Amino acid sequence: MPPRLKPLLPLLALLFLAGCSDSSYTWGWHVVSPFDSRGMNNLQFLMNGVYSTISVALVSITLSVMLGLIFALPALSSNRWLAIISRIYVELFRSVPMLVMILWVYYGVPLLTGLQLSVFFAGVIALALCDSAFEAEIFRAGLQSIDAGQREAADALGLNYVDKLRFIILPQAVRRVLPPLGNQFVYMLKASSLLSVIGYSELTRRANELVVVEYRPLEIYSLLMLEYLVLILLASWGVRALERRFARSDRGTARI
Amino acid sequence: MSGAALPARQDETPAVRLVSVEKTFGDYTALKDINLEVRRGEKVIICGPSGSGKSTLIRCINRLEKHDAGQIIVDGVEMNDDTRNLATIRSEVGMVFQHFNLFPHMSVLDNLALAPMRVRGLSRAEAEKTALALLERVRIPEQARKYPAQLSGGQQQRVAIARALCMKPHVLLFDEPTSALDPEMISEVLDVMEELARDGMTMICVTHEMGFARKVADTMVFMDQSRIVEMAPTEAFFDGAQSPRTQLFLDQILSH
Repeated sequence: MPPRLKPLLPLLALLFLAGCSDSSYTWGWHVVSPFDSRGMNNLQFLMNGVYSTISVALVSITLSVMLGLIFALPALSSNRWLAIISRIYVELFRSVPMLVMILWVYYGVPLLTGLQLSVFFAGVIALALCDSAFEAEIFRAGLQSIDAGQREAADALGLNYVDKLRFIILPQAVRRVLPPLGNQFVYMLKASSLLSVIGYSELTRRANELVVVEYRPLEIYSLLMLEYLVLILLASWGVRALERRFARSDRGTARI
Repeated sequence: MSGAALPARQDETPAVRLVSVEKTFGDYTALKDINLEVRRGEKVIICGPSGSGKSTLIRCINRLEKHDAGQIIVDGVEMNDDTRNLATIRSEVGMVFQHFNLFPHMSVLDNLALAPMRVRGLSRAEAEKTALALLERVRIPEQARKYPAQLSGGQQQRVAIARALCMKPHVLLFDEPTSALDPEMISEVLDVMEELARDGMTMICVTHEMGFARKVADTMVFMDQSRIVEMAPTEAFFDGAQSPRTQLFLDQILSH
Protein backbone atom coordinates (compact mmCIF):
# COMPACT_ATOMS: atom_id res chain seq x y z
CA MET A 1 0.00 0.00 0.00
CA PRO A 2 1.50 3.38 -0.96
CA PRO A 3 2.44 5.47 2.07
CA ARG A 4 0.10 8.25 1.00
CA LEU A 5 -2.84 6.07 1.83
CA LYS A 6 -1.59 5.15 5.28
CA PRO A 7 -3.80 7.70 7.06
CA LEU A 8 -6.81 5.92 5.63
CA LEU A 9 -5.90 2.66 7.34
CA PRO A 10 -7.92 3.23 10.51
CA LEU A 11 -10.94 4.10 8.42
CA LEU A 12 -10.60 0.93 6.38
CA ALA A 13 -10.15 -1.05 9.54
CA LEU A 14 -13.33 0.43 10.94
CA LEU A 15 -15.30 -0.45 7.82
CA PHE A 16 -13.85 -3.93 7.91
CA LEU A 17 -14.80 -4.36 11.54
CA ALA A 18 -18.27 -3.06 10.83
CA GLY A 19 -18.62 -5.52 7.97
CA CYS A 20 -17.55 -8.60 9.90
CA SER A 21 -18.97 -7.74 13.25
CA ASP A 22 -21.39 -10.36 14.38
CA SER A 23 -23.94 -7.89 15.62
CA SER A 24 -27.10 -8.41 13.70
CA TYR A 25 -27.26 -4.79 12.52
CA THR A 26 -28.30 -4.44 8.94
CA TRP A 27 -27.37 -1.14 7.40
CA GLY A 28 -30.09 0.88 5.83
CA TRP A 29 -28.26 3.50 3.81
CA HIS A 30 -31.28 3.83 1.53
CA VAL A 31 -32.71 6.44 3.92
CA VAL A 32 -30.03 8.86 2.79
CA SER A 33 -29.21 7.42 -0.61
CA PRO A 34 -29.25 9.77 -3.61
CA PHE A 35 -30.36 6.77 -5.70
CA ASP A 36 -33.57 6.33 -3.78
CA SER A 37 -36.32 8.90 -4.22
CA ARG A 38 -37.15 9.06 -0.52
CA GLY A 39 -33.47 8.96 0.33
CA MET A 40 -32.89 11.85 -2.03
CA ASN A 41 -35.67 13.87 -0.35
CA ASN A 42 -34.17 13.15 3.06
CA LEU A 43 -30.74 14.10 1.83
CA GLN A 44 -31.99 17.42 0.56
CA PHE A 45 -33.80 18.05 3.81
CA LEU A 46 -30.62 17.37 5.78
CA MET A 47 -28.30 19.38 3.60
CA ASN A 48 -30.53 22.42 3.44
CA GLY A 49 -29.59 22.98 7.06
CA VAL A 50 -26.13 24.01 5.94
CA TYR A 51 -27.21 27.59 5.19
CA SER A 52 -28.48 28.02 8.72
CA THR A 53 -25.34 26.52 10.19
CA ILE A 54 -23.09 28.76 8.13
CA SER A 55 -25.08 31.93 8.65
CA VAL A 56 -25.36 31.54 12.41
CA ALA A 57 -21.65 30.73 12.67
CA LEU A 58 -20.64 33.70 10.49
CA VAL A 59 -22.80 36.22 12.31
CA SER A 60 -21.73 34.87 15.71
CA ILE A 61 -18.02 34.92 14.94
CA THR A 62 -18.21 38.45 13.57
CA LEU A 63 -19.96 39.69 16.68
CA SER A 64 -17.67 37.67 18.89
CA VAL A 65 -14.48 39.02 17.29
CA MET A 66 -15.73 42.58 17.77
CA LEU A 67 -16.64 41.95 21.40
CA GLY A 68 -13.34 40.17 21.94
CA LEU A 69 -11.38 43.09 20.59
CA ILE A 70 -13.37 45.59 22.64
CA PHE A 71 -12.62 43.66 25.82
CA ALA A 72 -9.00 42.88 24.93
CA LEU A 73 -8.02 46.55 24.61
CA PRO A 74 -8.73 47.60 28.21
CA ALA A 75 -6.80 44.54 29.41
CA LEU A 76 -3.66 46.30 28.18
CA SER A 77 -4.60 49.65 29.64
CA SER A 78 -2.45 51.13 32.35
CA ASN A 79 -5.71 51.98 34.10
CA ARG A 80 -6.19 49.20 36.62
CA TRP A 81 -9.97 49.48 36.69
CA LEU A 82 -10.31 49.04 32.95
CA ALA A 83 -8.04 46.01 33.11
CA ILE A 84 -10.15 44.55 35.91
CA ILE A 85 -13.39 45.02 33.98
CA SER A 86 -11.87 43.20 31.04
CA ARG A 87 -10.65 40.41 33.31
CA ILE A 88 -14.08 39.96 34.89
CA TYR A 89 -15.75 39.79 31.48
CA VAL A 90 -13.34 37.12 30.28
CA GLU A 91 -13.56 35.00 33.42
CA LEU A 92 -17.33 35.25 33.54
CA PHE A 93 -18.14 34.30 29.97
CA ARG A 94 -15.35 31.77 29.73
CA SER A 95 -16.88 29.75 32.51
CA VAL A 96 -20.46 29.53 31.25
CA PRO A 97 -20.99 26.39 29.14
CA MET A 98 -22.31 27.27 25.71
CA LEU A 99 -25.34 25.04 26.03
CA VAL A 100 -26.26 26.67 29.34
CA MET A 101 -25.83 30.12 27.83
CA ILE A 102 -28.09 29.17 24.90
CA LEU A 103 -30.83 27.95 27.22
CA TRP A 104 -30.45 30.97 29.48
CA VAL A 105 -30.63 33.51 26.66
CA TYR A 106 -33.50 31.78 24.85
CA TYR A 107 -35.69 30.93 27.83
CA GLY A 108 -34.41 33.37 30.43
CA VAL A 109 -33.84 36.71 28.73
CA PRO A 110 -37.46 37.06 27.46
CA LEU A 111 -38.69 36.74 31.08
CA LEU A 112 -36.23 39.39 32.13
CA THR A 113 -36.81 41.89 29.34
CA GLY A 114 -40.18 40.98 27.88
CA LEU A 115 -38.55 40.70 24.46
CA GLN A 116 -39.29 37.53 22.55
CA LEU A 117 -36.04 36.58 20.83
CA SER A 118 -36.03 34.54 17.64
CA VAL A 119 -34.05 31.31 17.85
CA PHE A 120 -31.52 32.72 15.42
CA PHE A 121 -31.02 35.90 17.41
CA ALA A 122 -30.91 34.14 20.77
CA GLY A 123 -28.43 31.64 19.35
CA VAL A 124 -26.16 34.30 17.92
CA ILE A 125 -26.09 36.24 21.19
CA ALA A 126 -25.32 33.14 23.27
CA LEU A 127 -22.61 31.83 20.96
CA ALA A 128 -21.01 35.25 20.52
CA LEU A 129 -20.93 36.00 24.25
CA CYS A 130 -19.33 32.68 25.13
CA ASP A 131 -16.83 32.78 22.30
CA SER A 132 -15.91 36.44 22.79
CA ALA A 133 -14.12 35.61 26.06
CA PHE A 134 -11.76 33.39 24.09
CA GLU A 135 -11.39 35.95 21.30
CA ALA A 136 -10.45 38.55 23.92
CA GLU A 137 -7.63 36.34 25.18
CA ILE A 138 -6.44 35.70 21.63
CA PHE A 139 -6.37 39.41 20.86
CA ARG A 140 -4.66 40.19 24.16
CA ALA A 141 -1.90 37.74 23.27
CA GLY A 142 -1.59 39.24 19.79
CA LEU A 143 -1.50 42.82 21.02
CA GLN A 144 1.03 41.99 23.74
CA SER A 145 3.28 40.32 21.20
CA ILE A 146 3.87 43.61 19.37
CA ASP A 147 7.23 45.08 20.31
CA ALA A 148 7.00 47.99 22.75
CA GLY A 149 9.17 50.00 20.35
CA GLN A 150 6.26 50.15 17.90
CA ARG A 151 4.05 51.91 20.43
CA GLU A 152 6.88 54.19 21.46
CA ALA A 153 7.58 55.17 17.87
CA ALA A 154 3.90 55.89 17.31
CA ASP A 155 3.73 57.91 20.55
CA ALA A 156 6.88 59.83 19.71
CA LEU A 157 5.37 60.83 16.35
CA GLY A 158 2.32 62.20 18.16
CA LEU A 159 -0.22 59.69 16.83
CA ASN A 160 -3.34 59.49 18.99
CA TYR A 161 -4.59 56.27 20.58
CA VAL A 162 -7.01 55.36 17.82
CA ASP A 163 -4.54 56.01 14.99
CA LYS A 164 -1.84 54.10 16.84
CA LEU A 165 -4.14 51.09 17.07
CA ARG A 166 -5.54 51.40 13.59
CA PHE A 167 -2.34 51.93 11.63
CA ILE A 168 0.41 50.45 13.76
CA ILE A 169 -0.67 47.89 16.34
CA LEU A 170 -3.75 46.13 14.94
CA PRO A 171 -2.47 45.48 11.40
CA GLN A 172 0.52 43.68 12.89
CA ALA A 173 -1.43 41.91 15.64
CA VAL A 174 -4.23 40.63 13.39
CA ARG A 175 -1.74 38.85 11.16
CA ARG A 176 -0.31 37.05 14.14
CA VAL A 177 -3.66 35.91 15.53
CA LEU A 178 -5.15 34.73 12.24
CA PRO A 179 -4.44 31.02 12.94
CA PRO A 180 -6.19 30.99 16.35
CA LEU A 181 -9.03 33.11 14.92
CA GLY A 182 -9.48 30.49 12.20
CA ASN A 183 -9.54 27.88 14.91
CA GLN A 184 -12.34 29.70 16.71
CA PHE A 185 -14.34 29.87 13.50
CA VAL A 186 -14.11 26.11 13.08
CA TYR A 187 -15.14 25.73 16.69
CA MET A 188 -18.10 28.04 16.09
CA LEU A 189 -19.29 25.98 13.13
CA LYS A 190 -19.38 22.95 15.41
CA ALA A 191 -20.85 24.79 18.38
CA SER A 192 -23.78 25.90 16.23
CA SER A 193 -25.04 22.31 16.51
CA LEU A 194 -26.00 23.13 20.11
CA LEU A 195 -28.71 25.44 18.77
CA SER A 196 -30.64 22.30 17.81
CA VAL A 197 -31.88 22.19 21.41
CA ILE A 198 -33.83 25.41 21.02
CA GLY A 199 -35.17 24.29 17.66
CA TYR A 200 -32.96 26.21 15.27
CA SER A 201 -33.21 24.28 12.04
CA GLU A 202 -29.53 23.78 11.26
CA LEU A 203 -27.73 20.57 10.29
CA THR A 204 -27.99 18.76 13.63
CA ARG A 205 -31.59 19.73 14.29
CA ARG A 206 -32.64 18.39 10.91
CA ALA A 207 -30.75 15.15 11.50
CA ASN A 208 -32.54 14.75 14.84
CA GLU A 209 -35.90 15.34 13.22
CA LEU A 210 -35.19 12.82 10.48
CA VAL A 211 -34.06 10.20 12.97
CA VAL A 212 -37.39 10.41 14.70
CA VAL A 213 -39.16 9.69 11.42
CA GLU A 214 -36.82 7.10 9.95
CA TYR A 215 -35.44 5.29 13.03
CA ARG A 216 -32.02 5.18 11.38
CA PRO A 217 -29.75 7.05 13.82
CA LEU A 218 -26.51 5.37 12.79
CA GLU A 219 -26.83 6.17 9.09
CA ILE A 220 -28.20 9.66 9.58
CA TYR A 221 -25.71 10.73 12.24
CA SER A 222 -22.88 9.24 10.19
CA LEU A 223 -23.94 11.42 7.31
CA LEU A 224 -24.19 14.36 9.70
CA MET A 225 -20.56 13.83 10.70
CA LEU A 226 -19.60 13.79 7.05
CA GLU A 227 -21.45 17.07 6.50
CA TYR A 228 -19.51 18.76 9.31
CA LEU A 229 -16.26 17.26 8.06
CA VAL A 230 -16.74 18.69 4.57
CA LEU A 231 -17.91 22.04 5.89
CA ILE A 232 -14.94 22.40 8.23
CA LEU A 233 -12.39 21.24 5.68
CA LEU A 234 -13.70 23.97 3.40
CA ALA A 235 -13.50 26.50 6.22
CA SER A 236 -9.91 25.59 7.11
CA TRP A 237 -8.98 25.76 3.48
CA GLY A 238 -10.46 29.26 3.39
CA VAL A 239 -8.59 30.34 6.51
CA ARG A 240 -5.32 29.03 5.12
CA ALA A 241 -5.87 30.85 1.86
CA LEU A 242 -6.41 34.02 3.89
CA GLU A 243 -3.23 33.40 5.87
CA ARG A 244 -1.27 32.87 2.68
CA ARG A 245 -2.63 36.10 1.27
CA PHE A 246 -1.59 37.96 4.38
CA ALA A 247 1.83 36.31 4.38
CA ARG A 248 2.45 37.15 0.74
CA SER A 249 1.58 40.77 1.26
CA ASP A 250 2.93 40.74 4.80
CA ARG A 251 4.52 43.97 3.92
CA GLY A 252 2.36 46.15 1.83
CA THR A 253 -1.25 45.74 2.87
CA ALA A 254 -1.15 48.77 5.09
CA ARG A 255 -2.75 51.82 3.61
CA ILE A 256 -2.86 55.07 5.44
CA MET B 1 23.87 77.22 31.65
CA SER B 2 27.25 76.07 30.62
CA GLY B 3 28.33 79.36 29.09
CA ALA B 4 28.80 78.13 25.54
CA ALA B 5 29.94 80.76 23.09
CA LEU B 6 26.93 80.91 20.76
CA PRO B 7 25.32 84.34 20.54
CA ALA B 8 21.97 84.62 22.26
CA ARG B 9 19.06 84.55 19.83
CA GLN B 10 16.22 87.00 19.86
CA ASP B 11 13.84 84.41 21.18
CA GLU B 12 15.29 83.52 24.52
CA THR B 13 12.83 80.76 25.35
CA PRO B 14 14.94 77.65 25.76
CA ALA B 15 14.02 74.74 23.48
CA VAL B 16 14.03 72.37 26.41
CA ARG B 17 14.29 73.08 30.11
CA LEU B 18 14.42 70.53 32.90
CA VAL B 19 14.17 71.73 36.49
CA SER B 20 14.90 69.36 39.38
CA VAL B 21 13.53 66.38 37.48
CA GLU B 22 13.27 63.12 39.38
CA LYS B 23 12.23 59.69 38.18
CA THR B 24 11.96 56.41 40.02
CA PHE B 25 11.09 52.90 38.90
CA GLY B 26 9.77 51.26 42.03
CA ASP B 27 12.62 51.49 44.54
CA TYR B 28 15.18 52.37 41.93
CA THR B 29 15.97 56.02 41.37
CA ALA B 30 16.62 56.54 37.66
CA LEU B 31 16.94 60.34 37.66
CA LYS B 32 17.95 62.51 40.58
CA ASP B 33 17.80 66.31 40.58
CA ILE B 34 18.29 66.80 36.85
CA ASN B 35 18.67 70.41 35.70
CA LEU B 36 19.31 71.06 32.04
CA GLU B 37 18.65 73.90 29.67
CA VAL B 38 18.98 73.52 25.93
CA ARG B 39 18.94 76.64 23.75
CA ARG B 40 17.49 76.65 20.25
CA GLY B 41 20.04 75.26 17.85
CA GLU B 42 22.19 73.88 20.63
CA LYS B 43 23.64 70.38 20.38
CA VAL B 44 23.86 68.55 23.67
CA ILE B 45 25.51 65.18 23.91
CA ILE B 46 24.94 63.00 26.91
CA CYS B 47 27.33 60.24 27.80
CA GLY B 48 27.89 58.00 30.76
CA PRO B 49 28.05 54.37 31.80
CA SER B 50 25.06 52.14 31.17
CA GLY B 51 22.40 52.45 33.82
CA SER B 52 23.37 56.03 34.54
CA GLY B 53 19.95 57.32 33.47
CA LYS B 54 20.82 58.96 30.17
CA SER B 55 18.17 57.15 28.12
CA THR B 56 15.59 57.74 30.81
CA LEU B 57 16.43 61.43 30.73
CA ILE B 58 15.72 61.90 27.05
CA ARG B 59 12.71 59.60 27.16
CA CYS B 60 11.22 61.92 29.77
CA ILE B 61 11.47 64.85 27.37
CA ASN B 62 8.72 63.45 25.12
CA ARG B 63 7.11 61.54 27.94
CA LEU B 64 7.85 58.02 26.89
CA GLU B 65 8.63 57.96 30.59
CA LYS B 66 6.61 60.01 33.04
CA HIS B 67 8.78 62.02 35.44
CA ASP B 68 7.80 61.96 39.10
CA ALA B 69 8.88 65.40 40.20
CA GLY B 70 10.27 68.62 38.79
CA GLN B 71 9.38 70.43 35.61
CA ILE B 72 9.99 69.65 31.96
CA ILE B 73 9.28 72.56 29.65
CA VAL B 74 9.54 72.19 25.91
CA ASP B 75 9.24 75.33 23.79
CA GLY B 76 7.65 77.09 26.72
CA VAL B 77 5.00 74.39 27.18
CA GLU B 78 5.16 72.53 30.44
CA MET B 79 4.61 68.82 30.29
CA ASN B 80 2.01 67.53 32.72
CA ASP B 81 -1.07 65.34 32.73
CA ASP B 82 -2.91 67.67 30.37
CA THR B 83 -3.00 65.60 27.21
CA ARG B 84 -3.24 68.58 24.88
CA ASN B 85 0.19 69.68 26.05
CA LEU B 86 1.48 66.19 25.49
CA ALA B 87 0.25 66.08 21.90
CA THR B 88 1.78 69.51 21.22
CA ILE B 89 5.10 68.53 22.70
CA ARG B 90 5.26 65.19 20.95
CA SER B 91 4.60 66.71 17.58
CA GLU B 92 7.41 69.25 18.15
CA VAL B 93 9.95 66.74 19.45
CA GLY B 94 11.27 64.07 17.12
CA MET B 95 12.90 60.90 18.38
CA VAL B 96 15.33 58.42 16.91
CA PHE B 97 15.61 55.08 18.71
CA GLN B 98 18.45 52.66 19.20
CA HIS B 99 16.49 49.91 17.44
CA PHE B 100 14.98 52.17 14.74
CA ASN B 101 11.40 51.05 15.51
CA LEU B 102 10.27 51.44 11.92
CA PHE B 103 6.80 50.08 11.13
CA PRO B 104 7.55 46.75 9.43
CA HIS B 105 4.21 46.43 7.65
CA MET B 106 4.52 49.75 5.84
CA SER B 107 6.72 50.87 2.99
CA VAL B 108 9.46 53.38 3.75
CA LEU B 109 7.36 56.09 2.17
CA ASP B 110 4.31 55.25 4.31
CA ASN B 111 6.49 55.12 7.42
CA LEU B 112 7.39 58.73 6.68
CA ALA B 113 4.01 59.96 5.47
CA LEU B 114 1.78 58.48 8.19
CA ALA B 115 2.28 60.99 11.00
CA PRO B 116 2.24 64.13 8.82
CA MET B 117 -1.05 62.95 7.35
CA ARG B 118 -2.69 61.84 10.60
CA VAL B 119 -1.24 64.36 13.03
CA ARG B 120 -0.59 67.41 10.85
CA GLY B 121 -3.48 66.73 8.49
CA LEU B 122 -1.44 66.97 5.30
CA SER B 123 -2.76 65.43 2.10
CA ARG B 124 -1.05 62.28 0.87
CA ALA B 125 0.54 64.20 -1.99
CA GLU B 126 2.01 66.84 0.31
CA ALA B 127 3.20 64.27 2.83
CA GLU B 128 4.86 62.15 0.16
CA LYS B 129 6.55 65.16 -1.36
CA THR B 130 8.11 66.06 2.01
CA ALA B 131 8.96 62.42 2.60
CA LEU B 132 10.77 62.06 -0.70
CA ALA B 133 12.69 65.29 -0.13
CA LEU B 134 13.81 64.01 3.27
CA LEU B 135 14.80 60.62 1.89
CA GLU B 136 16.94 62.57 -0.54
CA ARG B 137 18.47 64.40 2.39
CA VAL B 138 19.37 61.16 4.20
CA ARG B 139 20.65 59.87 0.83
CA ILE B 140 18.31 56.95 0.20
CA PRO B 141 15.61 58.27 -2.17
CA GLU B 142 15.77 55.00 -4.15
CA GLN B 143 14.46 52.98 -1.18
CA ALA B 144 11.11 54.77 -0.89
CA ARG B 145 8.99 51.82 -2.09
CA LYS B 146 10.86 49.17 -0.11
CA TYR B 147 9.97 47.74 3.27
CA PRO B 148 12.13 48.16 6.39
CA ALA B 149 13.19 44.50 6.44
CA GLN B 150 14.71 44.91 2.98
CA LEU B 151 17.12 47.61 4.16
CA SER B 152 20.43 47.44 6.01
CA GLY B 153 20.63 48.66 9.59
CA GLY B 154 22.29 51.90 8.54
CA GLN B 155 19.62 52.55 5.93
CA GLN B 156 16.86 51.77 8.43
CA GLN B 157 18.27 54.23 10.92
CA ARG B 158 18.47 56.90 8.22
CA VAL B 159 14.81 56.21 7.36
CA ALA B 160 14.03 56.60 11.07
CA ILE B 161 15.79 59.97 11.10
CA ALA B 162 13.84 61.06 8.02
CA ARG B 163 10.62 59.87 9.66
CA ALA B 164 11.30 62.04 12.69
CA LEU B 165 12.16 65.01 10.45
CA CYS B 166 8.90 64.66 8.52
CA MET B 167 7.07 66.20 11.45
CA LYS B 168 9.35 69.26 11.18
CA PRO B 169 10.27 69.04 14.86
CA HIS B 170 12.03 71.83 16.74
CA VAL B 171 14.06 69.36 18.75
CA LEU B 172 15.45 65.95 17.86
CA LEU B 173 16.22 63.35 20.50
CA PHE B 174 18.61 60.52 19.70
CA ASP B 175 18.75 57.50 22.00
CA GLU B 176 22.02 55.71 21.18
CA PRO B 177 21.31 55.89 17.46
CA THR B 178 24.37 53.89 16.40
CA SER B 179 24.61 51.32 19.19
CA ALA B 180 22.69 48.64 17.31
CA LEU B 181 24.59 49.11 14.06
CA ASP B 182 27.41 47.13 12.51
CA PRO B 183 30.63 49.16 12.64
CA GLU B 184 30.74 49.84 8.90
CA MET B 185 27.29 51.43 9.01
CA ILE B 186 27.91 53.78 11.89
CA SER B 187 29.53 56.50 9.82
CA GLU B 188 26.70 56.77 7.27
CA VAL B 189 24.32 57.54 10.14
CA LEU B 190 26.71 59.91 11.91
CA ASP B 191 27.28 61.77 8.61
CA VAL B 192 23.55 62.44 8.33
CA MET B 193 23.42 63.59 11.94
CA GLU B 194 26.38 65.89 11.43
CA GLU B 195 24.64 67.48 8.50
CA LEU B 196 21.52 68.04 10.59
CA ALA B 197 23.66 69.66 13.25
CA ARG B 198 25.20 71.98 10.68
CA ASP B 199 21.72 72.98 9.51
CA GLY B 200 20.97 74.26 12.99
CA MET B 201 18.72 71.54 14.39
CA THR B 202 18.42 71.45 18.16
CA MET B 203 19.71 68.05 19.15
CA ILE B 204 19.93 66.08 22.36
CA CYS B 205 21.83 62.89 21.78
CA VAL B 206 22.84 59.97 23.94
CA THR B 207 25.89 58.35 22.39
CA HIS B 208 29.29 56.86 23.05
CA GLU B 209 30.70 58.12 19.75
CA MET B 210 33.17 60.59 21.21
CA GLY B 211 34.69 61.57 17.86
CA PHE B 212 31.24 62.62 16.70
CA ALA B 213 30.62 64.38 20.00
CA ARG B 214 33.80 66.43 19.68
CA LYS B 215 32.78 67.48 16.19
CA VAL B 216 29.16 68.52 16.71
CA ALA B 217 28.45 69.07 20.40
CA ASP B 218 28.16 72.52 21.93
CA THR B 219 27.70 71.07 25.36
CA MET B 220 28.72 67.75 26.85
CA VAL B 221 26.85 66.17 29.71
CA PHE B 222 28.25 63.30 31.74
CA MET B 223 25.86 61.27 33.83
CA ASP B 224 26.56 58.69 36.48
CA GLN B 225 24.33 57.03 39.05
CA SER B 226 21.19 58.89 37.98
CA ARG B 227 22.75 62.34 38.27
CA ILE B 228 24.38 64.85 35.99
CA VAL B 229 27.96 64.73 37.22
CA GLU B 230 29.42 67.19 34.78
CA MET B 231 28.16 69.62 32.17
CA ALA B 232 30.60 71.71 30.17
CA PRO B 233 31.27 73.24 26.75
CA THR B 234 32.71 70.54 24.53
CA GLU B 235 36.31 71.70 24.42
CA ALA B 236 36.55 72.26 28.12
CA PHE B 237 34.94 68.89 28.71
CA PHE B 238 37.45 66.93 26.66
CA ASP B 239 40.51 68.98 27.54
CA GLY B 240 40.10 68.97 31.23
CA ALA B 241 37.13 67.31 32.76
CA GLN B 242 36.88 68.42 36.33
CA SER B 243 35.40 65.40 38.01
CA PRO B 244 37.65 62.36 38.48
CA ARG B 245 34.66 60.14 37.65
CA THR B 246 34.28 61.86 34.27
CA GLN B 247 38.01 61.64 33.66
CA LEU B 248 38.01 57.92 34.40
CA PHE B 249 35.06 57.34 32.04
CA LEU B 250 36.69 59.31 29.26
CA ASP B 251 40.01 57.51 29.72
CA GLN B 252 38.22 54.19 29.51
CA ILE B 253 36.28 54.86 26.35
CA LEU B 254 38.98 56.88 24.61
CA SER B 255 41.75 54.39 25.36
CA HIS B 256 40.95 52.29 22.30
